[in-house]
Amino acid sequence: MCGIAGLIHKNKTVNIGKELQDMLQALKHRGPDSTGFALYGEGHDNDFLMRFKVGENVGEGSSAINEGAEIYDLRKAQVDKYLIELGATVIKEEQITPYSFKYILKYDKDLMEFSKKIESVEMVEILSIGKSLELVKDLGDAGVVSNQYGLHKIKGTHGIGHTRMATESGVDIRSAHPFWGYPFSDVSVVHNGQLTNYWNNRRALERKGMRFMSECDSELIAVYLAEKMRKGISLEEGMNASLTELDGVFTYLVATIDSLGMAKDTMAAKPMVLYESDDLIALGSEEIAIRTLLPQEIDTYDPYEGEVKVWQI
Amino acid sequence: MANIKNDSTAESMGLHSEALKGRTQQRFFDSEAAENFYYFGAHDVDFNKRTNVDALNLTCRELNEKINTLMSEGYGTIVVKNPAGKHSLGVGILNKLNLIFEGSLGYFGVGSIDGPVVRINGRVGWSCAENMLAGKVVIEKNAGSCFGAAIRGGDLICKGSVGARTGIDMKGGTIIIGGDAGAFTGFMMQRGRIIILGDAGANLGDSMYDGTMFVGGNVKSFGSDAVEAELTANDIAWLKRKLKVAEIGSDFDLTKMTKIVSGKKLWNYDALEPHERKGAI
Repeated sequence: MCGIAGLIHKNKTVNIGKELQDMLQALKHRGPDSTGFALYGEGHDNDFLMRFKVGENVGEGSSAINEGAEIYDLRKAQVDKYLIELGATVIKEEQITPYSFKYILKYDKDLMEFSKKIESVEMVEILSIGKSLELVKDLGDAGVVSNQYGLHKIKGTHGIGHTRMATESGVDIRSAHPFWGYPFSDVSVVHNGQLTNYWNNRRALERKGMRFMSECDSELIAVYLAEKMRKGISLEEGMNASLTELDGVFTYLVATIDSLGMAKDTMAAKPMVLYESDDLIALGSEEIAIRTLLPQEIDTYDPYEGEVKVWQI
Repeated sequence: MANIKNDSTAESMGLHSEALKGRTQQRFFDSEAAENFYYFGAHDVDFNKRTNVDALNLTCRELNEKINTLMSEGYGTIVVKNPAGKHSLGVGILNKLNLIFEGSLGYFGVGSIDGPVVRINGRVGWSCAENMLAGKVVIEKNAGSCFGAAIRGGDLICKGSVGARTGIDMKGGTIIIGGDAGAFTGFMMQRGRIIILGDAGANLGDSMYDGTMFVGGNVKSFGSDAVEAELTANDIAWLKRKLKVAEIGSDFDLTKMTKIVSGKKLWNYDALEPHERKGAI
């Protein structure tokens, strides 16, 4: 059991980090191991925002190996060296934890080549790269992660998030949601459910050059959709195709720089409650997540089996 | 449109359509045995004695205990304000009671109840009224999945639409839906009846053992062993009565309902030849 939530404000910028934090905190009981946010903020002068990590959180409950902080410095130095070689200009860098960083950078070449080079450094993973997207995930509940990364200050239009109960893979940042839709900027995915044809699909996608950073089945959805988009298929078409090509039970949310989508498997086995108005779309595994935004009585409903919906900002 | 056949037997309506065999636990109610009417610890309540409870700052356990305390004080009508989508509210009430929620419930609302009349002026999440034994529950808006899972009796009414697996494993009672129903509605139902005025999703009545469903709109697909049956005059008379109780569908053309029952080829494997068994699946 995991909890997922998403919201999109139409034509309005709000304190998106705080709103998503409140929604995810209400879903803590569905997954206390880790929490992740994909926030679509105001960006920085059309520069790229890159969130990456050079190691794992080895705090209480973590299944990651404690490597020692000094190795993080070596990895970070290697990333900086590769950024110069790639022709990227770092405008601003910020270290949030001993193992996680946020860079603002200028870069105008192929993102796949960029990612491959940066991630060739051992244990380095780009969590997200985009003009608006800031993807943050770590161990702990929504309040802990938000405070740690200062997410309550981020303003934006939309976002998706996840509270994870680790089942088939470890308790670490690598396996936490959301997943970035490598190699597309500003694409992120969160998922509640299980995919039963994960390995078949993963092997097929790896043969096509796509990369997987974890053994979490949910990562498949992000990579699957990214591969569809790479072929020129629209996000909505890709999501519709996923209903038959991905096997298992799932409800997932996907976000891009200007849209938010949801898909529910043909068995409708995983929950999702939806609120729609002219100004706001809010979704959550449970209505109590939406109630943190809208405490008054509201009309909500469960999307049906095999349903795909996409909203634009 | 189904032909209407005059048939006075209860069997035509899906009631007791087969004799239970083997180690059945079925026991029939004895109206002479007065103790059957009350649970140990049940309270005498006065429906005219009414009170309000604000659930805004109460946990589900605190609210449920509060309802029990109020019943012990003789309150027969309790209005719960600000339920705010919280889970497991109003569960385990084995008493006569008028219970009104002014708002929406989360998951597992009013589960395992026996006797109360509940009105929810909002929406309910997954598994509302699970294992309900008797009483009446009316939801003014929509309901999530597993609506009325495993109910044994009573009337469970959703005036809006419901999610997937409505009436899964139900063993009695009636579920009435004013709008549409999701996939696998009536999945493995064993007794009871489901009325859907709108459309039904895929695999309607999949693996149903017994019971009857009536659908007013379109059926996306039938599940294994769910078959269409003839709509009788008794069915229509019963539907009219039930919809009146449910306060919906007064102008609905009941002759257009599709009646669905079990084909009874899937569950009773022992009575089938191997090729019949394969065909049923």
